[in-house]
Amino acid sequence: MTVALSGEEIARQIEEHFPGSIVESSQDTVLVKSESLLKVAAFLKDTPNLDFDYLTSITAVDYYDYFEVIYQLTSLQHNHSLVVKTRCYGRDNPTLPSVVGLWRGADFQEREIYDLMGIRFEGHPNLKHIFLWDGFKGHPLRKDYL
Amino acid sequence: MAIKTEPFVVNIGPVHPSTHGVFRMRTTLDGEVVVDMEPVIGYLHRGIEKLAEGRTYTQNIPFTDRLDYLASMSNNLAYVLAVEKLAGIPVPERAEYLRVIMAELQRIASHLIGVGAFLNDCGAFMTPILYMIREREKILDLFEMVCGQRLTYNYMRIGGVSQDIPEEFLPALDKFVKVMPGYIDEYDQLLAENEILLARAKGVGILPRELAINISASGPVLRASGVKWDIRKADPYSVYERFQFDIPTGSAGDCYDRYRVRIEEMRQSVRIIKQAMEQLPQGEVRSEVPHLIHPPVGEAYGHIEAPKGELGFYLVSDNSIAPYRFHIRAPSLINLTALREMMIGWKVADAIVIFGSIDICMGEVDR
Repeated sequence: MTVALSGEEIARQIEEHFPGSIVESSQDTVLVKSESLLKVAAFLKDTPNLDFDYLTSITAVDYYDYFEVIYQLTSLQHNHSLVVKTRCYGRDNPTLPSVVGLWRGADFQEREIYDLMGIRFEGHPNLKHIFLWDGFKGHPLRKDYL
Repeated sequence: MAIKTEPFVVNIGPVHPSTHGVFRMRTTLDGEVVVDMEPVIGYLHRGIEKLAEGRTYTQNIPFTDRLDYLASMSNNLAYVLAVEKLAGIPVPERAEYLRVIMAELQRIASHLIGVGAFLNDCGAFMTPILYMIREREKILDLFEMVCGQRLTYNYMRIGGVSQDIPEEFLPALDKFVKVMPGYIDEYDQLLAENEILLARAKGVGILPRELAINISASGPVLRASGVKWDIRKADPYSVYERFQFDIPTGSAGDCYDRYRVRIEEMRQSVRIIKQAMEQLPQGEVRSEVPHLIHPPVGEAYGHIEAPKGELGFYLVSDNSIAPYRFHIRAPSLINLTALREMMIGWKVADAIVIFGSIDICMGEVDR
């Protein structure tokens, strides 16, 4: 059985290394500040007893006030999982750092979020439309797109 | 001395017999050798994630049939598991067993098409796939018995399955599991040591273990690269922890290993179905579920080992009758991430084989 690690416990470990990078944590999730996302992700991936080598999925949700991006991480070695979230504000040009440098599996998924939700991932090597055609206006998965 | 040629761009697809749907590979060739490749997708994008936000949880089940239309039962299962997790709905034991039986039959059916189409791409045009379609036909007959459909089954329901199996189902299934291992042996006899298959697939399109993990590959593609990871074992859902089965893995991560893993998985699926038939309890097949489900505010991620890899549904509820967000983690899309690296340096004819060995379904890639 994949063990879902306690978000609070992981948040405490992250805070030890990167003070002020956590917004909040609960039993299931860790909410990370978007500017600390990359170093927290690298910490989760490279710390031996965490070893999150496998990025199961990335997705984004539009909550009007902000976009929430959800990273589901798994360690194939230890068979445990963690949900990391981050938020980005503003609807004109919401931006997040790209995690493609850590997990290449993010490549198509970040492009998908960019295409359908309109979040820019800085540092992505090939950020362009994936499902919609070039020149398509708008981002259909946003709640204000009808 | 090799003669340098001008790089030449060739579009393979979107409509091409070897792209298994509407998929375009924008390849740059140096003579016959692929020097660059860019996958172009989206031709089948129907916006299912957006459509699902305007429909009730139950109304969304038929959408899932149309993702990977070669494995509709598995898609149904992943979705209803996610909703049950979100809303805390119990499932009767008999329904759990029926789900496992259907999901494993579906795995065999999907692998038969996957392997058959792969051999088509290798140049064994139509002969092997016809053998495999012969057996898949028997599975479709079984599905038709339980739900009346042969392609988009819509059999699973939130809290169970739509109806109990008819009387004639178990005898027919028994007959099938008795003959199927013999058919798999027959494929092995024809193909495992086949010189042409070995020449076309062995050592071709290698996906190294580290890269497979890093690109989030799943299913037979991940296991062929030597990673023993199967969600049925790693994070058992339904009643999978009650069955004995092995996880076949490859070592080289080449096209041949991906083919072998699929063949071995079919044997394991037959094993699971036999055990499920023996243990199948009597009782209800569906728990009492209200017509309109209002799951509590929150989110849930339900995932299964679908034939093509990890299929997950991420649902967010705002306590209304429709999901606030409905995200599909599609294995076919994510398994394509490393296609470019796997192809570079190989000839066009090999590129077709490499693409075929990943076994994707465009309905799921584009959604």
